[in-house]
Amino acid sequence: VPEYPEDLRYTKEHEWVRIEGDAGTVGITFHAQKELGDIVYIDMPKIGTVVERGKSIGSVESVKAVSEIFSPVSGEVTAVNELLATAPEKLNVDPYGVAWLVKMRLTAPAELAQLLSAADYRKFVEAE
Amino acid sequence: MAPSAATLRTTPLHQTHCRLGARMVEFGGWNMPVQYSGILEEHRAVRTRAGLFDVSHMGRIVVRGREAGRLIDTVTAGPGSALKPGQARYSALLYDHGGFVDDILVHKIAEDHFFLCVNASNQDKDYQRIAEHNTFDAVLEIPDQAQLAIQGPFALAALQKLTPVDLSAIGYYHFVHGGLLCGVSAEIARTGYTGEDGFEVYIPSSDAPRIWDMILEAGAEFGIQPCGLGARNTLRLEAAMALYGHEIDASTTPFDAGLGWIVDLKKTEFLGRDALVKQKQRGVTRRLTGFEMKGRGIGRDGYEVLIDGVPMGWVTSGGPAPTLNKNIGLCYLPQALSEPGRTMHVMVRGTPVEAVTVATPFYKRGK
Repeated sequence: VPEYPEDLRYTKEHEWVRIEGDAGTVGITFHAQKELGDIVYIDMPKIGTVVERGKSIGSVESVKAVSEIFSPVSGEVTAVNELLATAPEKLNVDPYGVAWLVKMRLTAPAELAQLLSAADYRKFVEAE
Repeated sequence: MAPSAATLRTTPLHQTHCRLGARMVEFGGWNMPVQYSGILEEHRAVRTRAGLFDVSHMGRIVVRGREAGRLIDTVTAGPGSALKPGQARYSALLYDHGGFVDDILVHKIAEDHFFLCVNASNQDKDYQRIAEHNTFDAVLEIPDQAQLAIQGPFALAALQKLTPVDLSAIGYYHFVHGGLLCGVSAEIARTGYTGEDGFEVYIPSSDAPRIWDMILEAGAEFGIQPCGLGARNTLRLEAAMALYGHEIDASTTPFDAGLGWIVDLKKTEFLGRDALVKQKQRGVTRRLTGFEMKGRGIGRDGYEVLIDGVPMGWVTSGGPAPTLNKNIGLCYLPQALSEPGRTMHVMVRGTPVEAVTVATPFYKRGK
């Protein structure tokens, strides 16, 4: 698994978003799942939920701890990844692929400028 | 503020953990491995094969002297002088009000020689409490030792390759003093904190890295794995063993925690005895209770417990039980509501999630 895919944008809270037009796919980063360890539960928002950037959209729970997921962008949830309800451990295996969390329709695309590039996010993680 | 990595204490195996790629965390003032390959995998290794833990952060206090037994009798809630040499016992140091200073293991080597295994973060106050009541001319020492736990159905087979001591002859909660392990004198105790068969060995610090490697090598044919504090916690929770700072602390008595069996009220005098006698007369009002989550979610330490919508208690430990494939936990409830089979709700980040009280331990190994 690549730890910092180039085509994604990142937050300092260790979420990523993949932008396609006015749609965004959101997940947590390789670093986040590694820090959490074995993931056992994921709480996600309902489809149709309207969220603001930086607000909680759910939580990821590992054997050791619970961690909130903060939305990297503002928008409306259009899909949640049902796979994770029964196979949360996929987040430890493929956090940028099959284990995406939610898809959103973006309502404030100008926010994207505030997200980190892969290189900047890598620098942030390595300095942490 | 949490102590920085620079001020944390490290065990003699620190380099070994780093070499093995362990994830290190702060625990009780120590920099300790929380996991190597992953908590779930390490947990399964201990339940089905064998696991090796560095538990050198645990405190050790040696008590020597002609009246060492009387000192142990005075400061602990359980038997001291009444133990047989080579016997170990789960016990407690209590405050005068009956709350826990610490939960400990008492090992009797001889009438004039005991050693205690205590919690990492409590060693200083334990030592102080014992020293304050040492009117028996006993000598207290903190030995320079490392402590390893080898736990699991194949722990005995793996460890037996490294010692001439007949391990199968050591009974549960018994130990051999000065047994040779990898050529050095060790305490070899059939004790543990996982709910599995296994051993805890106390060895000179300077030999720890060599002995650690030799145990992993000896256990390789049985699938032994190095295990961190993460698995240690999920294993002890399945076995419903108390963890200081969670199930027990200064505000909790042994009766509250369902640990009345460690208290020997037949001893006429020990610290905390009067308070326990009074509590027994008054009746115990709350009780440590096991629960299983029915709804989606995990009840974790500190979460509120509701019965019929009314806050009635709190969770002391909770998490997944990998062996049982359930989410379990321990909580305090009013004694009258603590029997198994009662529906309760745990407030999981603002949402009440259904759970049911169950008997403990959650997991018991087959004979």
